[in-house]
Amino acid sequence: MTTTIPLPPSASLTSTPLPDGGESQLLEVSMGPQHPSTHGVFRMDVALDGEEVVKLKPIFGYLHRNHEKIAENETYLGSMPYTDRLDYFCSLTNNWAYALAVEKLAGIQVPERAEYLRVITAELTRLQNHASLVGFLMQDMGASGTPLMYAFREREKILDLFEALTGARMMCNYMRFGGCRVDLPAGWLEQAKQVVEAFPRFLDEFEQLLTSNEILMARTQGVGVLSKELAVNAGITGPMLRATGVNYDLRKVDKYGIYDRFAFRIPLGDHGDVYDRYMIRLLEMRESVGILQQAMRDLPDGPFTDPKTKVRNFRPKPGEAYGRIEAPKGELGFYLISDGSPNPYRYRVRPPSLINLTILEDMCLGRNVADVVIILGSVDIVMGEVDR
Amino acid sequence: MNLESLKSEIETNIPGCRLEIIPNPSPSAQHSLLVDPEHAMAISIFLRDSEPYRLDYCSNVTGIDWPPSAAPHNVKLKEMDDGGEQDAEAEQAQPTGYLEAVYHLYSMEKKHGPVILRMRTEDRATRVHLPSLTPVWRSADFQEREIFDLFGIIFDGHPDLRRILMWEEFEDYPMRRDYVEPDDYEYEPTAHDEVLRKTMHHYSGNA
Repeated sequence: MTTTIPLPPSASLTSTPLPDGGESQLLEVSMGPQHPSTHGVFRMDVALDGEEVVKLKPIFGYLHRNHEKIAENETYLGSMPYTDRLDYFCSLTNNWAYALAVEKLAGIQVPERAEYLRVITAELTRLQNHASLVGFLMQDMGASGTPLMYAFREREKILDLFEALTGARMMCNYMRFGGCRVDLPAGWLEQAKQVVEAFPRFLDEFEQLLTSNEILMARTQGVGVLSKELAVNAGITGPMLRATGVNYDLRKVDKYGIYDRFAFRIPLGDHGDVYDRYMIRLLEMRESVGILQQAMRDLPDGPFTDPKTKVRNFRPKPGEAYGRIEAPKGELGFYLISDGSPNPYRYRVRPPSLINLTILEDMCLGRNVADVVIILGSVDIVMGEVDR
Repeated sequence: MNLESLKSEIETNIPGCRLEIIPNPSPSAQHSLLVDPEHAMAISIFLRDSEPYRLDYCSNVTGIDWPPSAAPHNVKLKEMDDGGEQDAEAEQAQPTGYLEAVYHLYSMEKKHGPVILRMRTEDRATRVHLPSLTPVWRSADFQEREIFDLFGIIFDGHPDLRRILMWEEFEDYPMRRDYVEPDDYEYEPTAHDEVLRKTMHHYSGNA
């Protein structure tokens, strides 16, 4: 090769004329992909006028492995462990969303005990996801270590439960079509009850530490404001949407599984800023604790999986189905098309992390570059799911 | 929501549009509406804004590749016929296959859905243009870019139609059924190719 390609500059200056005839220089910064605050390999092309953001374009694809294509060449069950790797913080809710879509496609009934096991594991997942997200957000804000370690201490207790139940802390691969893979081991429920009982104490401690902290308030209130109309139009889901005040939680709207049996409220925000998103997550954790207590109290005996569903040679009849659940990050959907063969003709993941980034630029324009880090942190993304 | 009544409602409000209900035989019974690309924009705005529907939330947008061998029309006709003639006709009707874009619509206000819209391109090679629905629902923004990137449907009217997951210089469409993975797709020219070449030369022992 004879031609040499110049090294890409990490920052460059472009001149723009000012209205009074002078000249201002825009600083173009490539933020990421190895930036510590980008939560994985994610890059933003940012143009700055002084400290102010005037352009921000997210760049994806560093973790792209074409999950959907791989799943088309795999059996239905063979994709189940791979769904763990989408949003690697919430493998159990990923499993559930995929199982739900396949159950819709093939018309499988799930036994009652399995539904309860799914609710318990999914709500534990929501607890640990929200706790660590708040920790990460504080880390991004400069509160080095302490809040994140508090959150990780609690998360680790929940991951211990996952490990005891599924054999893995994070890559759980627990759900099956028509139920779950294994039943609860002896003593698991008692241990889980202890963890859940102790959780509100951690939330109190967390709130005492953070909620009325002056720095937190100054840096998050009024930052990254998202309007109701834009949030709905841009398809934002999860805590991001509810922080703007839109009451849309699939646990209430679709009532998938057995969520109509539990009493819980949907916390809503008023301003749609970063502080509201933080508060919504704390309140959602409290509601999840309530759901968990009810589910563990009512857990019935019975089979934990549907015995009629075939494990081997599973071939749904031709057709298609879209199944969606309220994952901790938003609406996680799976769209499947079957042509009657053992592997799906089309397999599509609707990633909440990716679609919640649609309005990242709108939220950051006009803010300081330091706020970009916080706004991105409050969106709650995992690149395994964004890039697939 | 009744798809039949929705269809006649759209037909009275948007004259000249051609709609077709695509049945879904699976237990999910999520039937969909095939929309002609010329009127897709008007239909979307009608669905989003008209009072009984208010489908303000476009949840999922995705593409599907139907090469001639797999297109559902052909499969159906093959099941029905008992001679070779109809089969040949079906092949003529869609000799090139087509690409399809699917939109799953819900209403956050009325809490109903899904209404599933489909649009089809004329073939898979050159006439692959469809109107972008991003001006109606912004949530289609990244998802239509992804379809463009992985399936090669060109969305006219999209504000920023670029590759999103693959790199800019990439040429093929990886989610197509007939895509063949190149054996050197990891190769990208870098600023250090010259250094690497010198290194190889050094290792080869030639001074």
